[in-house]
Parts: sequence; C-alpha cells; structure tokens
Amino acid sequence: MAAIYSLYIINKSGGLIFYKDYGSKGRMDTNDSLRVASLWHSMHAISQQLSPTTGCSGIELLEADTFDLHCFQSLTGTKFFVVCEPGTQHMEALLKVIYELYTDYVLKNPFYEMEMPIRCELFDVNLTQAIQKDRVVLLGR
Amino acid sequence: MQFFGGSEISPSPPVPTATGNNAHMMYVFNRNGVCLLYREWNRPLHTLNPQQDHKLMFGLLFSLKSLTAKMDPTSADKGNLGVPQLPGQGCSFHSFRTNTYKLSFMETPSGIKIILVTHPRTGDLREPLKYIYNLYVEYVAKNPLYTPGTSIRCELFNTALDQYVRSIA
Repeated sequence: MAAIYSLYIINKSGGLIFYKDYGSKGRMDTNDSLRVASLWHSMHAISQQLSPTTGCSGIELLEADTFDLHCFQSLTGTKFFVVCEPGTQHMEALLKVIYELYTDYVLKNPFYEMEMPIRCELFDVNLTQAIQKDRVVLLGR
Repeated sequence: MQFFGGSEISPSPPVPTATGNNAHMMYVFNRNGVCLLYREWNRPLHTLNPQQDHKLMFGLLFSLKSLTAKMDPTSADKGNLGVPQLPGQGCSFHSFRTNTYKLSFMETPSGIKIILVTHPRTGDLREPLKYIYNLYVEYVAKNPLYTPGTSIRCELFNTALDQYVRSIA
C-alpha cells in the first residue's frame, strides 16, 4: 500500500540532522545518507537558479521511476523530505505535521543545540505515531 | 570524452518565437553534455549567460540522476554516489516540480536528453517527450546534412516542434 520509505531532515547549511528509514531495501549507511542529504541541498539551490520566472523556492516534488520525493522547506531554511511510493497522496500535509512535531519536540527542547543531529526521544515517539496513523488511514480507505 | 563543447557548438538563444506558447523552454543534450538545441518561448528571467545556463542544467540533471540511482528504495545493491550512470542503468527521474515551473526529462538509450520546462500544473509529459524524440529522429537524425554532436539547425524540426509544444502546454 502507499507508504513512505524514508524521512530526512536537513539544516539550513545542508547537513543531515535526522534520517529514518521505514523499511526499504535501499536503506543507507550513515555516510551515504549524509552525502545524499548534502547533494539534495545543492540540487534544491541550483533548481532555483534555473527558474524561468522569479520567485522560485526550490524543488517540491521529484518523480522518479520507483519513488517520489516530496520536499518541504521551512521559512528558516530547514528542509524536510520524504521518499515514498510513486503517486502517494497528501505527503505535503504529512510534511507539515512533521514540521509541527519538530517545532514542538525539538526546537522547544532546551537541551537541543541548533543545527545538530536530533536526539529527542519524544520527537521519535510522536513521529512514529504520526506515520503509523497516516498508514492506517490509507489502508482503511 | 569531450564535455561541454566550445562556444561555437552551443547555440546562442534565438529570438523568442511564436507567442501564445505556454511552455517556457526546451533543451536537448547529447551524451557528452553538448547542448544540441535550446528553444525559448517564454522566459522572463535569465539568471546566467547561455553557456553557463546550459552547463548548469546538464550538471543538475547529471547529479539528480546520480541521486535517484542511489536513493532507489527498491534495489539493495547500488553503486557509489557520483559514479556516472549509463542511460537506462539505475532508477532515473522523469520530472520535478517547483512552485514556479515543472521540468520534464527523458533520456534515450543513445544518451540524448530531452528537457521541457513548463508551468507547474502541467500533467505527466512522458508521452509528449517520446513524441518529441520521434520528431527528432524524423527531422534531425534522418537529415543527411546533420552531423551528430553539433547543434541542430533544421527549420522543419523547429516548426514541427513549436506546433506540437503549443498543443500540449
């Protein structure tokens, strides 16, 4: 069924601060996930340069043969992107939910250092719940 | 391998052609990164000069293909990031969308890359790109006066292309 394969969060400089794989055969080790994240950060910036009109804010959706990649960029430059099955609906809404969880459980955490990898248990717990809920809703249809 | 042929090979941007065409622009590259064709119908913003623009576009596509091949969630064994992929090898993307444009991409087995930039709400353009490739085959590849690897200067191809793109965008 439609499901997400993995989630990445990158800070405004392009460094990976969170990576979670939800059961794909293409699970990557740490080094590769770091490289992929910074590559995405650069591609996102270059795509703004190639826009034929002004006001481009970067790639929001990338469609490939075996997956789709949805990206959400917050006003501060933090990017959230999910790799999911082709044609999955409502990923933008899920990304906004994840952004809310990030602001609540990560940014408001007094022990969290900005731009550093996320190690907040409450964030992990609530994130898993949000993703599972998304799955259940989709399967229930 | 000769990458990025010199300025005498890359065409300078033509005067914008037919008005009322909703597509923004189109690029055709060969496997070495030489820009064979650049058509512009509707492009209010030029960030870079033409040569840099072509190189940046080719570089973006090259890196995105590398990224999608590595990120493919359905195959376990992939090469290292940055290794050049043969046409058809590994997972490739067919389009991406930003808030101001949608870029549709197609690569043929011979390494010809066709890129069409349209407005963001355009649908799936894989079939139209295949049709455009057929136009390329008929009017360019089969043209006895055309040398592969050089820029495309075939009037019939340009006319047929403009007409077709107007009907899809």
